[in-house]
Order: sequence, then structure tokens, then C-alpha cells
Amino acid sequence: MEEDGQGAKTASLLLADAAFNTGKYIQGFPEYGPERMGAPITAYNRISNNPITIHSNIYEPDYVVVVDDTLLESVNVTAGLKETGAIIINTTKDAEYLKNVLKGYNGKIYTIDARKISMETLGKYFPNTPMLAAVVKVSKVMTEEDFLNDMIGSFKHKFAKKPEVIDGNMKALEMALKEVKQIQ
Amino acid sequence: MCKGMPIWRNRNEIILLFDEIHVIYHVGVGVFWRPVSSKANLNKLKGEIKMSIRERLSGNEAAATAMKQINPDVVAAFPITPSTEIPQYFSSFVSNGTVDTEFVAVESEHSAMSACIGAEAAGARAMTATSSNGLSLMWEMIYIASSLRLPIVMSLVNRAVSGPLNIHNDHSDAMGVRDSGWIQLFSENNQEAYDNLIMAHRIAENKDVLLPLMVCQDGFITSHSIENIELIEDEKVKEFVGQYKPEHYLLNDKEPMAIGPLDLQAYLFEHKRQQAEAMKNAKKVILEVAKDFEKMTGRKYGFFEEYKLEDAEIAIVCMNSTAGTTKYTIDKLREKGIKAGLLKIRVFRPFPAEEVAKALSNLKAIAVLDKADSLNAAGGALFEDVVSGMYVNNIHVPTVSYVYGIGGRDTKSDDIEKVYNDLSKIVKTGNIDNPYRYLGVRD
Repeated sequence: MEEDGQGAKTASLLLADAAFNTGKYIQGFPEYGPERMGAPITAYNRISNNPITIHSNIYEPDYVVVVDDTLLESVNVTAGLKETGAIIINTTKDAEYLKNVLKGYNGKIYTIDARKISMETLGKYFPNTPMLAAVVKVSKVMTEEDFLNDMIGSFKHKFAKKPEVIDGNMKALEMALKEVKQIQ
Repeated sequence: MCKGMPIWRNRNEIILLFDEIHVIYHVGVGVFWRPVSSKANLNKLKGEIKMSIRERLSGNEAAATAMKQINPDVVAAFPITPSTEIPQYFSSFVSNGTVDTEFVAVESEHSAMSACIGAEAAGARAMTATSSNGLSLMWEMIYIASSLRLPIVMSLVNRAVSGPLNIHNDHSDAMGVRDSGWIQLFSENNQEAYDNLIMAHRIAENKDVLLPLMVCQDGFITSHSIENIELIEDEKVKEFVGQYKPEHYLLNDKEPMAIGPLDLQAYLFEHKRQQAEAMKNAKKVILEVAKDFEKMTGRKYGFFEEYKLEDAEIAIVCMNSTAGTTKYTIDKLREKGIKAGLLKIRVFRPFPAEEVAKALSNLKAIAVLDKADSLNAAGGALFEDVVSGMYVNNIHVPTVSYVYGIGGRDTKSDDIEKVYNDLSKIVKTGNIDNPYRYLGVRD
């Protein structure tokens, strides 16, 4: 799963956690490059019903998540992406632009405005929470109900010292589940 | 022994014994002193949290969790990528009282190993963690630890040794100390890194062994990858690892002794011979401990793991995370009817030469994968050990060396498949052509 530097590692760990909690075998790992804040990074997830032994990067993903749409023009984000899968992009760009920039890719394209959702529900730009919900919805890696039940537990644990942000995070997930859309 | 008498000394270290039971380390420019009064700290805080069995942890978290459950008397460490998180997590266990370990935040890895040596010699159980150049800086003390027969346990998160500077995984750090007299266990994933650490003290501290031990895992590839893991309950680990009861130690006032004095022509050879014997003895102990571990967890460990090797015609020998990728590739090849197998080395030191040779004896071609280049024009270190083991045991199977994955170069299942294709070609033609090969490098 491909993402960018805005907490991509955290996003991959969140997804791994959520899948783990529904009984799956998981891997979540970032590809470390230059050690500086904001550098584009890729983080990966494998999710399976069986133990995972392979330890390499992912070259033929089922799903690609792009957290920063400025990377669409500089990184070949659909490289190796299976056409039975999908790409999920955090963007406000229109369908025409996206189809053009992803020329040659014939699979499904989903978009979500994670900035808007994050600003409305959390008051700050944390794209990870809405992106997590979007990928769960699109990949159907677990049911929405299981996902939301699990996440409230995780947030209660994670934000034990600031419970006031739990509601906002849950709202961000719920909004994202509704708002992620496939472009035609 | 009189008060303040130097009891051991070399170029960098002086250890002094006082009535108040302190050990002093004089290391290069700085002087550090730390009470090794761990016994007094013991039983202070026992707020153990019962672990659930099914967890998801990174390799570093797994190593830190094992250390937490072992609850050693002393941990001395200096941070270095990618092992930094281990002492980082561990120091939080210290500060929130989950363990009652004396945590020594030293100023270099040389001092980290020196502190472990001082603590272990005093009679404490000591652990550390490092990577790459951190291990390089320890190098002098690595040999001293093993020659003083101090069963220190280290978590080594494998990373390329500079230069040029590279923070990513290969095995050049571990290979650099392969002849230093440390037991070396390699781990495919977080689970094995954890399990090997739980078994480590029982092996190292056995009176027929008394050698330091390092548990290796791949930097970033497993150290920073969150994966499923089965943890053992705290109480079970405590019971399994047991109390450290050294037979000879500096803080035993009934047996005053010197550790590490001058050892010239008359004795050093015999002492080295004893180290070599201890390494041989370790083989038996490693298997005994593994048997007990299996009784506790159901997880079986030996010198190595054989994966679909029994009926295999071609096989790869390798260590750490690449073994997992190889298993994945074997499953794909088996679907096509290709009889591929794997021998994954867990115990690299002592090297189980005879056992490895026998396990490989029915193959038609073998590739040994080394994640460190010995730069010797004669193949990698693991390759040399495997072929020499086969030769000595009169087993002759065409075997080739592949150096791969240097500096974190990703090893894909396609790369592994290529090795098996090469082996099939050797079987078909009978020609090895070049035995010293590279995998995944640009020419």
C-alpha cells in the first residue's frame, strides 16, 4: 500500500492493528529512506487469513492509498497495482485530472477529501484517520461494524489521557466511510 | 581482597571492588561508576501485567518485551539505528517500574559492553542491544566478554557496517564477530527473535557453556515490521529463565578472585581451547533448552529449520528474514512441481557442520545465501562453513555461493525464484560455471 510522508507509517500501523483485532495475520512496515520529516515515504500492509512468511516490499499491491495527491505527478503510484484492486486517493481533484494523471491504469479509482473531513471533525489536518476508514470500506478487509467497534476500543486506549478527541476521531471514521467515492 | 584493590585491568578498563559493592569502569576519557546492587532492587516492584497470548509487535518490541519478562539485573546500551527502540522501550519499563533492572545509559557502545562485562563479572545478569557500527565499537570488549566466560546476552539488530554510511539491513555486523566466541542465534521474524531471547540465558549461563550469546534479527525488515506474535505469560518466562546463580563471581566474598589477569604463553592457549570446548558443549545445551521450550510453548527449535527439504532436489541455505521469503517462493514452486527446499540456519555459532551436511546430503544442487560479502574472492562466510562441513563429512553436492541483500537491497520472491532456476540449470547441465555469485546487484 503506497502512501506518503504525512504519517504513512502511522496509517499502516493503524490498518494493521484494525485487521489484527478482527483475527487476521498482519504485516505493517514502512520503507525507510532518508531520515527527514516530510520526505515521501512508502508504507506497506499485508493482511491474510494465514501466517505471512514473505519479507520483502510489495510489488503487486491489491490496493494503493495515496495520502498526498501532489505525488501523483512524480511517483508512479499504480506500478504493479492489480486491476482487480483499487487506488484510493486523498484529493479534491476532478475525475478528468485523475484519469489523465493515472493514464494506463484501468482499475478502480476512489477519492476522498480527508482534509475536509479531518478539519470538520478534528479541527486539524490528520489525514490518517479518514484514509484508514476509506481503505477499510474499499478493500472490505472487515465489516464496517467490526471496524467501528474495534476502533472505539483502540481510541479509548490510545487517547486514555485525552478522551475529548475520541468522539471527533469516531466521527472522522464514520464520515469517511460515507464519503469515499468511486469515480466513474 | 583488600578495599579498592584493582582486580582486573587492561588498556581501557579498571574494575575496583569496594566494601560497598561498587564497580567502576574507567573507559577512555570518562569515569563511570554504578552500583551493581541489583539484589537490593530485586523484589521491589512486582506489578506484572498478565500478557495476552496473541499480540502484534515489531521485532524491536518483541525483543524489548522478552527483556522485560527476563527482567535482567543490568542493561547497558547506547542507541544506534535500527536497534535504538530496544533500549528505548526498555528504559520506559525501567522508569515505570515494570522491571527492577539497573539501566546504564552509557556514552558509547564500548562502554555498554564494558558495563555488561563489569556487571556480569560481579555476578549480575546483564543484557544489551546494538547494531552495525555500535557492534564495531564494542569489538575489543566482545572478545573480552567471551574470553572471561561471561554469559552476557545481546540483541543484535543486523545492519550494514559502514562505509559508506548505510543504516539498512545486511549481516556484515554479525559476520564481523563470528569468530569472537559468542553464540549466534538468527531469527526469521519477531517471534523467533523473542523466543531466542527467552532461551538465551539458559544456554549462555549453563555451566558447561558460560559464553555470551547474541540473538540476531534483520534490521527494519523485522525490527520495524509489526507482525503477529505469540507471547508467553510473564510467570512462565520467569520460571523458564530462572534465577542467575553464577558459580564464581566477584561479589562473592567467600571466594576472592581475579578476573582477566595477564595470560601469556603458558596458559592462553589452554584458555582458548576451553572456550572452543564450551562452544562445542553449547550444541547439546541449545537442543536441551529447545526441548524444554517446546514443552512450554509447543514451538520447536533446533540448530536449523528444514522446510520441505525431505524430498527436495534443490535447496537454499540462508538465515533470518530471507528464509520466510524463501518459504513463500518454495510454496509457489511446489505448485509447479519443482522440488525446492530450504535449510534455515538458526544456530550459526556454534556451527552445526555435521548436522547441516547430513541434512543436505540427498540434494542435487545447493545455493548458500550470504547477506554479507566476505570480500575474499572465495564466497560468503555461511557458504564456506556449509561446504567445509560437507567436505569433511564426505558429502559432495554441487554448491554455489550467492551474496545478496547488501545494504538493505530488497530481496524479492522473484530473486529467490531466480536462484532456484539457476540450481535447476546446474542439475540439468552438471555445470557450476561460477560458484561465487551475486544476487540482485547491478553489474
